[in-house]
Amino acid sequence: MRRVANLTQLAGPSVLIVVAALLGTLVSTSSRGYFVNSLVEVTIVVALYVFIGNSGVLSFGHISFVALGAWTAGVLSVPVGEKPAIMPNLAHFLRDTTIGNIPSLALAAVAGGVLALVVGLPLMRLSGLAAGIATFGVLEIGHNVLRYYEKIGPGLNTFSSVPETTGLFQAAIGALIAIGVAFAYQRSRFGRMLRATREDPSAASAVGISVYRQRLGAFVVSGVLAGLAGGLYVHLLPLNTEALYLDLTFLTLAMLVVGGASSLWGAVVGALAVSALDSFLAQAENGVRLPGFTLDLPGGTRLVVVGALMALVLILRPSGLTGGREFSLPRRRA
Amino acid sequence: MTLAVLNIDWQTLADALALGAIYALMAVGIGLVFGVLRLVNFAYGQLVMAGAYALAFASQWNWPSWAGILLCFAVVLALSVAMDRLVFRPLRTQSPAVMLVATFAVAYLLQSIALLWFGPLGKIASSLAPLNRPVVISGVDIRKIAIVAVVVAALCLVALQLLLVRTTVGLQMRAAAMDFRTARLLGVRADRVIGGAVLISGALAGVVAIMLTVQTPLVTPDFALRDTIVVLAGVVLGGLNRPVPATLGGFAIGFASGLLGGALPTNQSQYLDSFLFAAVILVLLVRPNGLFTRGRAALERV
Repeated sequence: MRRVANLTQLAGPSVLIVVAALLGTLVSTSSRGYFVNSLVEVTIVVALYVFIGNSGVLSFGHISFVALGAWTAGVLSVPVGEKPAIMPNLAHFLRDTTIGNIPSLALAAVAGGVLALVVGLPLMRLSGLAAGIATFGVLEIGHNVLRYYEKIGPGLNTFSSVPETTGLFQAAIGALIAIGVAFAYQRSRFGRMLRATREDPSAASAVGISVYRQRLGAFVVSGVLAGLAGGLYVHLLPLNTEALYLDLTFLTLAMLVVGGASSLWGAVVGALAVSALDSFLAQAENGVRLPGFTLDLPGGTRLVVVGALMALVLILRPSGLTGGREFSLPRRRA
Repeated sequence: MTLAVLNIDWQTLADALALGAIYALMAVGIGLVFGVLRLVNFAYGQLVMAGAYALAFASQWNWPSWAGILLCFAVVLALSVAMDRLVFRPLRTQSPAVMLVATFAVAYLLQSIALLWFGPLGKIASSLAPLNRPVVISGVDIRKIAIVAVVVAALCLVALQLLLVRTTVGLQMRAAAMDFRTARLLGVRADRVIGGAVLISGALAGVVAIMLTVQTPLVTPDFALRDTIVVLAGVVLGGLNRPVPATLGGFAIGFASGLLGGALPTNQSQYLDSFLFAAVILVLLVRPNGLFTRGRAALERV
């Protein structure tokens, strides 16, 4: 019976992803982009959740792992013939190699994980506000370097000519992988130890758990997932550094918080709910016909609504829409 | 790098001092509210942004500069009180992490409202532009605003120190910053102390808005956003728990930012942020509780 309940916790979010992907096949091709986009966002939010949710430590730096993943996958999958046109200053070994879709995604995940390890080794010693601000530093440095260092990417320009392989199928598989990894991690002994440090750091260290090591482990796992999400993202649409900076940090944190940061179910529900709202508002900014009237919102309404929603949820229901609980079926009375 | 450091001239030094002074004021504004509420106000930069827009509109309507300054203070103070009532007060019992994320949301909300109302192109606040002209002091051109900024910041800090040390509200504020519960038990009225801190912090945001618009007259929705991130880093670097280290941290990071900006050769100056934040991370690793604090602070704050 216990095992069934455990699997329900994995099945809930997974079914939601499959349903979202199936819904995406029903709509017109022009709206399908929104579904793919929201599945990629689910992957990013689940990556955030693995660290923030399990450890209770805030991180503003994860989008730089996403950005590095996007850069890795992007720079390696642009066809050799088109590289000089968009990236004239590329380093030699990058200029002469092009790899396929799956290897580029794998390398993106590896790049995200390696960066998380390098950054985490020193940073995971910090806690509290110092950690929050230091991860902000990581975001700033990552953005700054990718923006101006043209030997590893297009710099200020947009990443065009990346094969657009991320459709509904690939995005759904990516999100399911992220959910599977996150679930396996939180059920593992490492996940449990990290959750113990979240509830009470002193008590956890008193029973012999190294807070530093457990946090570092989760940081690397979430870095891998964030890198993978970045790879998926760059195969979806042409990105530039500004698309992988503060706005995305804000949006994904909002998704995590709105859903409920301390459960996988919350991360997935929050990501899908906010993403659906965000996509609807993006449509409405171009004018959308509703029964009875036409809704035409001025550009920029999206962030206002998402910001207000996030603040409201934090004030009225700080543990998120799901209350930080995992998915469970309503219990039948015996 | 070593050669670059030698390239610093007096002008760069004066500008760096001015930036340090402005950042010190922002640091005090953030630190005061943190002291009484244990809340890091990420939306502080948006208060400054609102004040800057007030100045821009005043100069667009050709108001005299004193009227513009009054409008700036009115807008910033009203907004800080509203922020306290609508956001800080309901969140008072939450954990610091929740409050930080909430103010992050408020920051974004205000910035997107500005984007929605005023558009992305920005407005020019030019009524105080004469302050941007240089004066010549023993052969060196120094912008007037650099001198004004340093003097105003010094005056503000002295006034604040007097307020904190000499008045009852100041005493209560310091007591609340030390231990809020005990202070309340001893008869300190929480709303009054918090209201005072929020108002002073808002007034400082007004001062910062005036000085930043003189330096960069183009007011856009992300005005002061980068400055807030840098100042937050500086405040944590100095030590959030006490006002003087927080102020010193703000000054230090503004000064360092100004110096680096002037000293780095042009082909490296685009990496200014990387150098700055790398330095912040390095310092945090060596002294996680702050550069200017002594002893060990409480282990887990957030």
